[in-house]
Amino acid sequence: MTELWLVAAIIVKIIVVVVGLLLSVAYLTFFERKIIGYMQMRIGPNRVGPFGLGQPIADVVKLLLKEIIVPTASNRFLFIIAPMISLATALAGWAVIPFGKEAVLANINAGVLYSLSLSSLGVYGVLIAGWASNSKYALFGALRATAQSISYEIAMGFALVGVMMAAGSLNFQTIIQAQNGGIWHWYWLPLFPLFIVYWISGVAETNRAPFDVAEGETEIVAGFHVEYSGTAFALFFLAEYASMILISALISIMFLGGWLSPFQGIPLLESMFAGVPGVVWLFGKIAIFIFFYLWVRATFPRYRYDQIMRLGWKILIPVTLVWIVVISFAIQLKLAPWFV
Amino acid sequence: MTVLQIIFYLFSSLAVFSALMVVISSNPVRGALFLVLTFFCMAGLWMLLHAEFLALTLVLVYVGAVMTLFLFVVMMLSVTRLNLREGFVRYLPISVLIVLSVTGLAIMVVGPQRFGLIQMPLPPATPADFSNTASLGLLLYTHYAFPFEIAAIVLLTAIVAAITLTHRQYPKKHKSQRVSQQIAVSPKDRMRLVNMPSEPKINSTRKGQ
Repeated sequence: MTELWLVAAIIVKIIVVVVGLLLSVAYLTFFERKIIGYMQMRIGPNRVGPFGLGQPIADVVKLLLKEIIVPTASNRFLFIIAPMISLATALAGWAVIPFGKEAVLANINAGVLYSLSLSSLGVYGVLIAGWASNSKYALFGALRATAQSISYEIAMGFALVGVMMAAGSLNFQTIIQAQNGGIWHWYWLPLFPLFIVYWISGVAETNRAPFDVAEGETEIVAGFHVEYSGTAFALFFLAEYASMILISALISIMFLGGWLSPFQGIPLLESMFAGVPGVVWLFGKIAIFIFFYLWVRATFPRYRYDQIMRLGWKILIPVTLVWIVVISFAIQLKLAPWFV
Repeated sequence: MTVLQIIFYLFSSLAVFSALMVVISSNPVRGALFLVLTFFCMAGLWMLLHAEFLALTLVLVYVGAVMTLFLFVVMMLSVTRLNLREGFVRYLPISVLIVLSVTGLAIMVVGPQRFGLIQMPLPPATPADFSNTASLGLLLYTHYAFPFEIAAIVLLTAIVAAITLTHRQYPKKHKSQRVSQQIAVSPKDRMRLVNMPSEPKINSTRKGQ
């Protein structure tokens, strides 16, 4: 009976996380359009509801009511299952994210590895979608996405190796606790190059601008999801935004101290903000990176494909390799205040 | 049957089924995808053995990197309804022979007389805070340090060899991009700003004014 209650509690927690995530995705699309609108001297959506706040709901209804068209020459089973794989991997990554000192769905030992391997599984949705559509542009998009995500996963993995070395653990809670002690103790400072590398490869891993060659409209129409419509397309859309938030959450956990308060160690402010729950800080940090995503999208033009490969292999990976050596020296010399 | 047993039988039967499908599916992309499923199920089984580091690395390396590259290549092949069943009867005797000998070898090597419960007793139950990653690391960097380093050097040699093979010099007429020149380019090299006098006003024939 206690086991049943345990399972029920886990299911309730999962529902809370997933529903919260889906709502955030819906309003992330709204804020994306608003923010990019303001950056381009436009107003953005403002017709549905007050301030246009009903826009995401209208979009969802539109996408749900649209017809799903399955191309005749496609591989039917794989065509249907590809968006599900995309969304499932994007959602499953949230299982190990700690929202507070106790608030975590699964506090597993190898949390970093888990999230890394799930993000590497995400490319299968794109790959299968591109192949199953039996369309030239879709296949091109899938091939580009695959090559890109393989290249940037290496840089991403090496950046995480630095974090693992610094914290001495693969567990997210331990990594956060290792950064305890205020904003100067967080890992963004000692691991600054890795922080930047992880950030860039995170943008590339989620196929967002300026690394969105997998769906480059000007070259290959819409890339891997050119044949998808209605709900099937909506699932890809959801997956992309959910993994954007996931990457932002991972960066905030590994380089900005997760749910730790930024005012730790500052005499007056620390006591003033002592009552704020950690989840608020985490969401604040996630919001900063989400904003960076949108800012970057509004600012930079799309990379050329060979330049993406060059950046990944010849710049990001060497930088991480050098910095891993630097960190190992710093750890050996017990460099204060991070590696005591 | 406990929950663990149900999960075990689910993963193991799916692994056997998908491994079989890898061999008998006629479409190479489907075969590769079934191989992915096999790896995934094996990772699930390893997870049940408390080997979470190995399980996640299997997914990360084999599913996430190796199989994506594999699919990358297989997808480029155009498989136009080849006569895949051609020569089935002709090769049947030799294939049966190979299957039987390989199965016999497998039973001899990993059969119950070598890997039975007597030779390989159940490992002692691990405490709740047991970290597979930490124990694996300790073992690799102390007891197996030399084999580990040798494996690393072999891999490094393979990387160097692969890069040397693809990085050969082409004849002069081959066109390629010089990235350093591309980066060093400035707007002055590509663009010419021309000062032109503004055109005189024309107000006689234009319509709509």
